[in-house]
Amino acid sequence: MNRILATLLATTILAGPAFAAKDSITLGMPLEPPVLDPTAGAAAAIKEVTYANIFQGLTRIAADGTVAPQLAKSWTISADGLTYTFALNSGVKFHDGAAFDCSVVKFTYERAVATDSTNSQKGFFEPIATTACPDPLTAVVTLRRATGDFLFNMGAGDAVMISPATAATNKTNPVGTGPFAFKRWIKGDRVELERFAGYWGPAPKLASAVFRFIADPSAATAAVMAGDLDAFPLFPAAESLDTIRKDKRFAVVIGTTQGKTIMSINNERAPFTDVRVRRALAHAIDRAALIDALGGNGKVIGSHYVPGRTGYIDLTGAYPYDPAKAQKLLAEAGVKPGTEMTLKLPPPVYARRGGEVIAAMLEQVGIKAKLVPVEWAQWLGPVFADSDFDLTIISHVEPNDLGIYARDKYYFNYKDQAYRSLYTRYNESNDPALRLDLVQQLQRKLSEDEPNVFLFALAKTGVWNAKLTGLWENQPIFANDLSGVAWAE
Amino acid sequence: MTAFLIRRLVGLVVTLWLATVVVFLVLQVLPGDPAALMLDTSARPDTIAALRHQMGLDRSAWVRYGAWIWGLVRGDFGVSYTYAVPVSELIAQRVMVSVPLAVLSICLSTAIAIPVGVLAAARRGRGTDAAIMGVAQFGVALPNFWLGILLILLFAVAYPVFPAGGFVGWEKGFWPALRCLILPALSLALPQAAILSRVTRSAVLETLGQDYVRTALAKGLSGVMALWRHAVPNALIPVVTIIGLQFSFLLAGTVIIENVFALPGMGRLVFQAIAQRDLIVVQDLVVLLAGAVIVVNFLVDLAYLGLDPRISHEGAK
Repeated sequence: MNRILATLLATTILAGPAFAAKDSITLGMPLEPPVLDPTAGAAAAIKEVTYANIFQGLTRIAADGTVAPQLAKSWTISADGLTYTFALNSGVKFHDGAAFDCSVVKFTYERAVATDSTNSQKGFFEPIATTACPDPLTAVVTLRRATGDFLFNMGAGDAVMISPATAATNKTNPVGTGPFAFKRWIKGDRVELERFAGYWGPAPKLASAVFRFIADPSAATAAVMAGDLDAFPLFPAAESLDTIRKDKRFAVVIGTTQGKTIMSINNERAPFTDVRVRRALAHAIDRAALIDALGGNGKVIGSHYVPGRTGYIDLTGAYPYDPAKAQKLLAEAGVKPGTEMTLKLPPPVYARRGGEVIAAMLEQVGIKAKLVPVEWAQWLGPVFADSDFDLTIISHVEPNDLGIYARDKYYFNYKDQAYRSLYTRYNESNDPALRLDLVQQLQRKLSEDEPNVFLFALAKTGVWNAKLTGLWENQPIFANDLSGVAWAE
Repeated sequence: MTAFLIRRLVGLVVTLWLATVVVFLVLQVLPGDPAALMLDTSARPDTIAALRHQMGLDRSAWVRYGAWIWGLVRGDFGVSYTYAVPVSELIAQRVMVSVPLAVLSICLSTAIAIPVGVLAAARRGRGTDAAIMGVAQFGVALPNFWLGILLILLFAVAYPVFPAGGFVGWEKGFWPALRCLILPALSLALPQAAILSRVTRSAVLETLGQDYVRTALAKGLSGVMALWRHAVPNALIPVVTIIGLQFSFLLAGTVIIENVFALPGMGRLVFQAIAQRDLIVVQDLVVLLAGAVIVVNFLVDLAYLGLDPRISHEGAK
């Protein structure tokens, strides 16, 4: 009876169900982007909506993490690694009809380094000395110093091409060169995109796309189970995955991210100045058990580099779980049993729940970890900006961020000249063989010094309709590239 | 009556001003920089400084307070740090969700609670009363978010009659938008109806014992007529008071239900704005909500005047 009633209600209430071939997609995201201009904010959600959909750069990062051509169809690099000559695609238009040519490249790059620039990756553009336009379809970028990651960086969301006419309004009304144009944004609920008829490249299969923002894990699960969403690429409810796996309608796809989850250590604060203490902490943590406690999808790492990236070496055996050895190292360093250390925990589950697991493990070796939960604002201020912490748990999600260990001032205060000179050589080299060798040396150096305890690589847990094809399994950068997504027949 | 209105108006302005001072001071102490939050960990110090300048955060606290108040007086709520749109626009979108949701919930809970409460009072001590009050007791203890999850599992997942959450917007039509609000309104209304029915029952019981009801019955009025003509109208004052309190709660205290249903309402806006240190939005919302609560209380007072002429005589003095 209930079923009949419900069916009756359903047929009267629902608008006529669409039986035609589906050409739209509704995706779920845990967080809403604050603005829709990827050059005006660091929030990953901005790129997850706009990258490769609305906005495009000269280069792009492909699903496998490699650099591919986009608005530049090809390029040459001078022998000294200082001059990049990009050949631009012709016939490229912005969604408002404005033409894309070299003047846009010049504008975009100069805007990003201007004094009043609020680009969160201003550092990417800082090596650029000049951008010249010998003709409208050629851009010549000259660097101050060779930068091995330059092409990768120019493929980041922060380096997408911005039309001068719409630069000021992109935050709320983004206009790019991508296959999808912005349609509307219901703040707090959804952003809608539609296929751009004047797109320069092959037209995407999808005619429209909706990104919906659902932070609550149970609401996310309900929306997926009810069929309100076609995909949730970063699914926030690990505890619902088993239920969803059993349902034939969905595919559960576990991929990799660039997130290096670490227990950061304040290297300038006693007793952490002593490498034996940092190594003791590394021996005290059972990473496999930690990953299990967090849902079992991460991968153990031994340095600040994730498996799958070019040049990755397996250093996970450097500090095996060994409480006895940890206690011995602590004793040698003069750290008495019962010593208290604060462990600050930002909001993500890996930190909050992971922190409790780690505190229990540290107790086994005689360290009392005082857990202090903090909001993001409190983490970014006191912990990140002012280095006021002993230990904290955080996932560093940027790709290619070995450079943070070479900075003069960075919150964990690792200051090692040997590492810095090694990194400078790596950063300024364009020779693939040399870069490969150096990136391995860098990983080894970090493992040896253990400035932070390297825990695990964050997994990407995606849930989507089994008939969808073309969504990224892995997450080399923050993006939901819809240009190649389609519904299987 | 005029004196009464003026008194209330002055009260409104003073309360609102106090609210601005308190919220501004509290937010000054709160650690966290909105510019640093926007730019995250890769940003360089000069970039953060540039954004702080753009947001006007490099001015002194006094200047910012003055600018904010001067804006409010002219009806300008400022621009959100996070969303980079006028706060008034942001709030207007949320009001279009929160107010209809609150009105729908209150209508539902009142429509359920008053007849049920009156019935329980009329059947005092009998099986109907015991059954109604038993269910109401259960309803009072029922957390609304849990009820929300149950309703989603039932009416969105098992029998997909309603969407599991989200809000399509009123521009998609009245019915599609209303459909998004029905389950959340039910989750909010049922526990509130439980409370309201208990209040109604005890208020009606009290008036049923009054002399005027006995007189009405003595002069030959039927029991039902005496109940609806004399007992119920006189019992409405406590009921209206509770409805007023519940409505104030519904305007901003529904963040948990908004999360469960992924609704873009005021509660979530406050919550997000605090986490993202969108200070100007927090300030505006606190003042606006304080104002709304005062206005609702004022309307409740006006309802008293209508319900009980004795109050209006005093007010007119």
